[in-house]
Amino acid sequence: MTTVTWTSDEIMTVTAARSLRDGMACFVGIGLPSTAANVASRTHAPDLWMIYESGTLGAAPDHLPLSIGDGILADTADAVVSVPEVFNYWLQAGRIDVGFLGAAQIDRYANINTTVIGDYDDPEVRLPGAGGAPEIAASCREVVVIMRHSRRAFVDKVDFVTSVGHGSGSGDRERLGLTGSGPVRVITDLGVLEPDPRSRELTLVGVHPGVEVAAVREATGWDLRISDGLVRTPDPTGAELSVLRSLTGAA
Amino acid sequence: MAVPLDEAVRQLIHDGNTVALEGFTHLIPVAAGHEIIRQGLRDLTLVRMTPDIVYDQLIGAGCARRLVFSWGGNPGVGSLHRFRDAVTASWPGPLEIEEHSHAGMANRYVAGASGLPFAVLRGYSGTDLVEHNPNIKTVSCPFTGQELAAVPALNPDVTVIHAQRADTAGNVQLWGIVGIQKEAALAADRVLVTVEEVVDALDPVPGQVILPSRVVDAVSVVPGGAAPSYAHGYYERDNAAYKAWDTIGRDREAFTAWLAELTATASGATAALLSGATSATSTPTASAAPDAGDPEPAGRGA
Repeated sequence: MTTVTWTSDEIMTVTAARSLRDGMACFVGIGLPSTAANVASRTHAPDLWMIYESGTLGAAPDHLPLSIGDGILADTADAVVSVPEVFNYWLQAGRIDVGFLGAAQIDRYANINTTVIGDYDDPEVRLPGAGGAPEIAASCREVVVIMRHSRRAFVDKVDFVTSVGHGSGSGDRERLGLTGSGPVRVITDLGVLEPDPRSRELTLVGVHPGVEVAAVREATGWDLRISDGLVRTPDPTGAELSVLRSLTGAA
Repeated sequence: MAVPLDEAVRQLIHDGNTVALEGFTHLIPVAAGHEIIRQGLRDLTLVRMTPDIVYDQLIGAGCARRLVFSWGGNPGVGSLHRFRDAVTASWPGPLEIEEHSHAGMANRYVAGASGLPFAVLRGYSGTDLVEHNPNIKTVSCPFTGQELAAVPALNPDVTVIHAQRADTAGNVQLWGIVGIQKEAALAADRVLVTVEEVVDALDPVPGQVILPSRVVDAVSVVPGGAAPSYAHGYYERDNAAYKAWDTIGRDREAFTAWLAELTATASGATAALLSGATSATSTPTASAAPDAGDPEPAGRGA
């Protein structure tokens, strides 16, 4: 019997932070990805090179920015470049190791929707749209996705493919001419999913402490496969939690 | 070249125009957007990579017929409810949309600024954006045969940007996050720049962008004209105002009341209307520059 001393959002964010390696060039989305990247840079990855799509290369903010263009990012960046430059010279040219994204919907092949829920021409919910995500998903060497796990978000097929994950399966990215390897990991508040090496279908490879596999299956809108090598996420360390809480303002 | 904002908007922007108010989180020309609302302009095609709350306001006020964009949200806060209401419920009227990715929009401006008919980029392949946007096509590279996405040049009738300062000759200097403003200005037929201040001579600043006066049609001095966004070196982003907009924008009645207040306010007081806080001033718009009142466009195409 253990006492849970962290929230599901905290274990998700810490796990996501751990998937970033020191020295990587990371294209950071705002929200959860930004929080996780900032935890990584303050723990095991001090030389994580954070790029925000506003053109700030190597930003090192001393607090979490509310938006991708906050002044703290420009103040602390190694360089500030124009938007065409960040997308063409840095992202499209293949200079970014990992793209770190959130999403409203994701499907079994890790395709991402941030455009609409429902029919495009008569949407139930209009979402913000693509932003930088299609090219991040196309051109970064790898992509990590972080999002909360629910049946509404983890769907068999996304309503709109804003950003391509693994298309309809193995070989699709190559056929489409996408240069990066696509999503390598999806980290949620329940566990960790990775594409099957052969089929590219998202498979549960890890569950967080206290989470039952059945609960993850219940929160997933397709018949989720479970890896033979399923692991339990290590507990967050005190250091990780204190860094995270100092960033989010949680006590 | 410095012209009061209301006069500059009246001269440069007309019903039915394609208008880009650019600024990537930083230096958003909010006061100019408010003046467009105040003058009741209609049937505009509004262009912008990241339509945020000032576009929510323009859409809610009924200025826009069409929106060309890549990400429409309240940065760091959530959705744009007036934009959402227009798309899903046609309130206050229907809004046509043309959607791109950031890279697609950025390259459309680059082509426009370069005098080329289109731009190429990798990406878009496999996304549903392609099937819903006739302005995304593919071309084969004439050298390698590689298939790439093509997007047409974007050439707004008018681009409006905000910058830190201009000199009395109308040369404009901006720095910090420089976004897409230079490309949007060079792609446009007419350019209106609002600035924090006019100075006799521009001191060099690291990372600055200069827009020479010959590509600028009008400069209007609007201190605080980017609030609640920010002007690097002048004032910070008013995050509380962005959060507060979520409540106003969510509700048609609250929005209508906000709109009535805006349109009842003289143009100079605009910057204070949403900032609710500290940084932005309500210094009158009317220019303090020595050559104020000379409305003659000096830029290209004039």
